[in-house]
Amino acid sequence: MSPHEQLLPHGHILRYNFRERLVHWIAAFSYVYLLLTGLAFWSPWLFWIAVILGGAPVSRMLHPWIGLIFVVGVLQMYSMWASQMPFTDVDRAWFQSMRHYIRNEDEKMPPAGRYNAGQKLLFWGFFLCGILLLLSGLVLWFPEYIPWSLRWLRYIAVILHASSALLTIGLFMIHVYMGVFAERGAFGSVIRGDVSIDFAKRFHPGWYKEVVGSSTPRK
Amino acid sequence: MSQATLRIQKISGHAGTVPGEDTQRQFTVCKLIDTTTCIGCKACEVACMEWNDLPFGETIFGNTYQTMPETRWNYWNLILFNEHEREDGTLMWLMRKNQCMHCAEPGCLAACPADGAIVQYTNGIVDFQQDKCIGCGYCITGCPFNIPKFNPETKRVFKCTLCTDRVSEGLEPACIKSCPTGCLHFGSKDDMKELAETRAKQLRTHYNFPNAGVYDPPGVGGTGVIYVLHDATQPEIYGGLPRDPHIPWTVKLWKGPLKWLGNAAMIGGLIGLFVHYLRFGPKSREDEDLVPQKGEQP
Repeated sequence: MSPHEQLLPHGHILRYNFRERLVHWIAAFSYVYLLLTGLAFWSPWLFWIAVILGGAPVSRMLHPWIGLIFVVGVLQMYSMWASQMPFTDVDRAWFQSMRHYIRNEDEKMPPAGRYNAGQKLLFWGFFLCGILLLLSGLVLWFPEYIPWSLRWLRYIAVILHASSALLTIGLFMIHVYMGVFAERGAFGSVIRGDVSIDFAKRFHPGWYKEVVGSSTPRK
Repeated sequence: MSQATLRIQKISGHAGTVPGEDTQRQFTVCKLIDTTTCIGCKACEVACMEWNDLPFGETIFGNTYQTMPETRWNYWNLILFNEHEREDGTLMWLMRKNQCMHCAEPGCLAACPADGAIVQYTNGIVDFQQDKCIGCGYCITGCPFNIPKFNPETKRVFKCTLCTDRVSEGLEPACIKSCPTGCLHFGSKDDMKELAETRAKQLRTHYNFPNAGVYDPPGVGGTGVIYVLHDATQPEIYGGLPRDPHIPWTVKLWKGPLKWLGNAAMIGGLIGLFVHYLRFGPKSREDEDLVPQKGEQP
């Protein structure tokens, strides 16, 4: 997508193209299913979730398959976005001024590019945890085929699956909070694809400059 | 399987207290296996299959008196065989009847996420309730004795029930009833412990087995199946009986500290985000976006 194609009429910029939006929602819906069924197996106090979602044996059967769909989504995201996600000097400065970001003092933040440092952390966190969840999940999928001499694989898998899932839950909560509540316009951008000029200027000045640059937005 | 007259003391994956806990006291039952008088006749295996209506399975001939490598989902009781060479060059044929050990602190139950799929009765028997099993196989990971076995067709896990249905009616387990040498005993844990210690002492003082002893591993809180061994210092030679069995530490970490840490972090995170919104609010307002800002006019 060239910068020129990203400029839309009426003061909007295309932030996510169709493929990006589709992949995001495939990953999002599969993640929510995995989260709900996973939480049901995590705590007896949440076991009722699995009962509501068609019964615990059904949840146990579907969880790994939906997990594969989620992993496909994560790998698609990797192929689309990994090249935009390496940490830069701006990102290091961004982490340094995180207290301003938390206090909504966005004008004091270093100019973020298409993705700010927090979003990059989310991306790499989900990518790494996704790989760990896949590897440990494969062991948990077929525990009966792990021979007794390799039982340490199962021992590692149970703790790895739970820990990396917990990390993704932390990332997920912040992601949903930022996207739905804190940054108005972000949620719409991953559905309709576009953001306002204001949004781009305020939260992603580096990216705004890249897209708009010398050209004038079409009105 | 049958819970007609048995009270429950532990329930897997259960939120809250155990219904009816402590309303009835029962003896902790125990099976005593004296490996020194076992002749490997496999009458107990046949009795187990007959009483529990298990099909005859394919056996494997490996030039020993052992008929298959390990127990199966539909074969809960197996005599393990080992030809052991002692330091003086003499041979011993070691037979060990292998089945669920009915741990006082069962790893299978600790690992199980399904409400009521594994229970421990007040008499100490650990029993799988297949109608509540979800087929996740976590019990296989929690067990230090390699006992729970998965049926790939029904996606359910099975193991020895200690003939719960017989014990609840005041009978001994089927394997005990069939033993022709009297190497199997069944009774209260205290009585069996005493009988086992007496036999071990006899072996030490009269039969030249100075290391004879009783196997009742404390790592899992003691077991509902105890062994008399000629050499209690080397339990491994009896078909790989673990020296110090315990619930895998990763399972303990997962079901203990990680669970509380994770729950605190998840609840704390939700509260934290909510309070953040109350304190700082959104970064931008949608209604502001709708009004054209100065300086953006073409």
